[in-house]
Amino acid sequence: MSYLKPTLHHPKLPTNALGLTRRDYEGSISTLCAGCGHDSISAAIVQAVWELSIPPHRVAKLSGIGCSSKTPDYFLGASHGFNSVHGRMPSVLTGANLANRELIYLGVSGDGDSASIGLGQFAHLMRRGVNMTYIVENNGVYGLTKGQFSATSDKGSKAKKGAVNTDEPIDLVALALELGATYVARSFSGDKDQLVPLIKGALTHQGVAFIDCISPCVAFNNHEGSTKSYDYVREHNEAVNRLDVFFDRTPITASYAPGEVTEVTQHDGSLLRMRKLHEDHDPTDRVAALNYLARHKAMGEIVTGLLYIDPHPEDLHDHLGTVATPLNRLDDAALCPGSAALEKINAALR
Amino acid sequence: MQKLSAVNDFVVKFANVNGSGSASANQLFAKSILRMGIPIASRNIFPSNIQGLPTWFEVRVSGEGHLGRRGGVDMAVAMNPQTWDRDIAELEPGGYLVYDSTKPLPRSRFREDITVLGVPLTEMCNARYTDARQRQLFKNIMYVGALSSLLGIDPAAVEQLLTEQYRGKEKLAASNREAFHMGRDWARANLPEIGLRLEPADKVGNRIYVEGNAAAALGAVYGGATVCAWYPITPSTSLAEAFERYCRRFRTDPDGRKRYAIVQAEDELASIGIVIGASWNGARAFTATSGPGISLMQEFVGLSYFAEIPAVIFDVQRAGPSTGMPTRTQQSDVLSAAYASHGDTKHVLLLPEDPRECFEFGAAAFDLADRLQTTIFVLLDLDIGMNDWLCEPFAWDDAKRMDRGKVMTAEMLEAGTTFGRYLDVDGDGIPYRTYPGTHPSKGAFFTRGTSRDRFAKYTEQGAAYVDNMQRLLRKFETAKSLVPAPIERKASRTTPYGVIYYGSTSAAMREALVGLEQDGVHLDALRIRAFPFPEDVSRFIEAHETVFVVEQNRDAQLRTLITTECGIDPARLVPILHYDGTPITARFIRAAIGRQASSLDVVPLRKTVP
Ligand SMILES: Cc1ncc(C[n+]2csc(CCOP(=O)(O)OP(=O)(O)O)c2C)c(N)n1
Ligand code: SF4
Ligand SMILES: [Mg+2]
Repeated sequence: MSYLKPTLHHPKLPTNALGLTRRDYEGSISTLCAGCGHDSISAAIVQAVWELSIPPHRVAKLSGIGCSSKTPDYFLGASHGFNSVHGRMPSVLTGANLANRELIYLGVSGDGDSASIGLGQFAHLMRRGVNMTYIVENNGVYGLTKGQFSATSDKGSKAKKGAVNTDEPIDLVALALELGATYVARSFSGDKDQLVPLIKGALTHQGVAFIDCISPCVAFNNHEGSTKSYDYVREHNEAVNRLDVFFDRTPITASYAPGEVTEVTQHDGSLLRMRKLHEDHDPTDRVAALNYLARHKAMGEIVTGLLYIDPHPEDLHDHLGTVATPLNRLDDAALCPGSAALEKINAALR
Repeated sequence: MQKLSAVNDFVVKFANVNGSGSASANQLFAKSILRMGIPIASRNIFPSNIQGLPTWFEVRVSGEGHLGRRGGVDMAVAMNPQTWDRDIAELEPGGYLVYDSTKPLPRSRFREDITVLGVPLTEMCNARYTDARQRQLFKNIMYVGALSSLLGIDPAAVEQLLTEQYRGKEKLAASNREAFHMGRDWARANLPEIGLRLEPADKVGNRIYVEGNAAAALGAVYGGATVCAWYPITPSTSLAEAFERYCRRFRTDPDGRKRYAIVQAEDELASIGIVIGASWNGARAFTATSGPGISLMQEFVGLSYFAEIPAVIFDVQRAGPSTGMPTRTQQSDVLSAAYASHGDTKHVLLLPEDPRECFEFGAAAFDLADRLQTTIFVLLDLDIGMNDWLCEPFAWDDAKRMDRGKVMTAEMLEAGTTFGRYLDVDGDGIPYRTYPGTHPSKGAFFTRGTSRDRFAKYTEQGAAYVDNMQRLLRKFETAKSLVPAPIERKASRTTPYGVIYYGSTSAAMREALVGLEQDGVHLDALRIRAFPFPEDVSRFIEAHETVFVVEQNRDAQLRTLITTECGIDPARLVPILHYDGTPITARFIRAAIGRQASSLDVVPLRKTVP
């Protein structure tokens, strides 16, 4: 069962530009295990959409199947949601996006959902550049089916019952970079300060934005020997930068050391300001990002932050050359050629 | 030797090499006969896996207007040395062989009981043209010229067709005309008269000649489809391609922007996923595929059924999986489409008989999908889909508007209308839906499979599940009154026997009924056009002692569907099955029903042998 939260507003809750409080961006009460990383990601999504003052109903949230894919029920209750089938969120979201290019699309998936059964759809969505935010809540296991290894489990990592994974892991960040995603980030559910701005940047990005968010599964993958546990990730997390998202030219404050900031203005006017934590990383160079990732992976580090951004992305609608009006709003006059045209076709077929 | 002799009633089969430019010459041949007012039925035959890529094109000339395949060949135009032996073997005794006689062939390569008509096509072309491509292309037009002389095709009809085809390219038209006349003149001077003749008639009327895939695609355009996602597979590929062609023509804004989106997906799972996502979001969307694609789409089709999301699937049926017989026709997806997916599901099927109905059902499918909020299958087959058929012209009523079904708007929500996504407010089993983004605070819901109540709230309670399943059955009942009704054709006298048929079998069936009457077998005939079956189907069966069910599959799939869904004793339904991958013929139906009829004592045995 799911429960609706009471909607009584505390009079002192802060409001955003639309006059809405964070409560207006919440959903049903989560049924996930207490301490599950996925719940923190839901909270970060609520925070990010609220901070951006996006009307909740202008977001469409789609998912596949898994504990992670259940979460869209737990945020943005005023948005339409679609819990589709296992591994196929990318195609459903692609279709939804084609039908109405004006909504904001948020896809939530798991590592099983996207790296195993759905790897093909993941890859092709990236290639097509569907304008969306794609978040994989990566816990290295199948949570919902109770703890089997997933395709992102690291080689050598131990399952709760002791089995050791012998297969090579799939790094979805590297894949997304390879396949043409125009905004690629990794984060950690336990680092809200890093995650919220990354989601904001992704939501404002006008192309395919991918976030691989490591999200420990307290029930099946938070033990010693796991490389996706809270402790392990905290120890090995290497952030490349810290992101802030602005909608105006807020002056650079004292918290940024001069010369250490990379600025990128996105198509919608949002300003992404990244404070460099690693001198040798340039977030606008795709090849460099891939190299950086490979180098640091070899050193046993989990690289997080905004790894790559193309400030002028193209999306599927650009490629297809569709009209500006959403296809789902075109009427008979715009769609049906009518009887006179049909007569001409008939005549040519005699 | 008794030479075959017939007027406006014979079969010509062309044996060609794929890619040699023969298709347009053969088309010219076929259309010129139509222009003489004589009905034809034509079929492409193209195995997918034989080296050298032979193709055949068969034209049945039928003054009587029979459009099914007849069987047998009266004249062969043998342009492919690779298939020579089999092309000669196929000829009826007394038939005619037209071939390129440039290279002499030993007598042993021919048959004694046929008339051999050699035309030195290569020689003439080499003498007239220097360019290799021209030599090849005009060879084809030359044989059309020779045939025009042999069969009596009106040269004016051919010239007119060439003018239309090469409008604005006068030089090309002229050189085609020249090649045509070279072939014609040579044949007139050198070949004997033969027994097959064409005589102008007035039997074509305003009918059109078009393939079913193109017609269905045009239906999708008129039906308001804006999203097409597909994965190439014979024999459905030309449907998606035709949609693109028509859209480019009719749906391009002056600035070049498109009022449609076509995605060649990575596989059929993605195709149907895209369709479902687009439909969920209020666009009209479809995919085109064939049996293997239907197999891959199963899970999603179930989701469409339970989550009640419109979808249109054009299934151009072919034989078998894997390498299978992708270029052969069958009606073998009836059951896998009707009961696609897991859980208790059933789906609406539309069964067009010809391109005209492909257009009509192709458009109607989108209204039905929106109205019923579920998947609509339009079952074509290779025979209808990939062959040009003579059929009634397309028609459209400009007063018609898209029926978007029960969609709750922002105004309705604002006015306080109760919205329950799975709430049956009208008793027809069909709930209201909202499009994403409709209203800031009302009407949003979370779409999932079956684990929810009438208001789309999560629940795994048995009672809520059963409640929903019962409503889905009510909705399926409603569908019966919305789908195209079956069409009955009464025998000339009262009879206890009936026959049921559907889809591309229609043409052969109509012809067989004429023959069967001559044999003394009188049958009331019912053409089924959709599933779920309207009450008329049960009534028809109840009104007859025995009903034959004619199908192009091995397992009598429609018969199974009827017995299961209408609760009919299977013994009352006698299957007549054709499934070798070639289109069913009237000869086959007449003989098969004739045999059955005599064992059932419908008629004395001696009368059933045609
Ligand atoms: C076609 C299909 N196969 C298998 C399943 C069973 N299944 C449900 S969730 C899941 C794995 C989910 O793993 P992941 O995406 O990592 O999500 P998590 O639960 O870990 O968040 C599987 C195999 C299914 N629902 N559908
Ligand atoms: S099983 Fe794991 S992934 Fe699923 S809810 Fe529990 S902690 Fe989260
Ligand atoms: Mg997982």
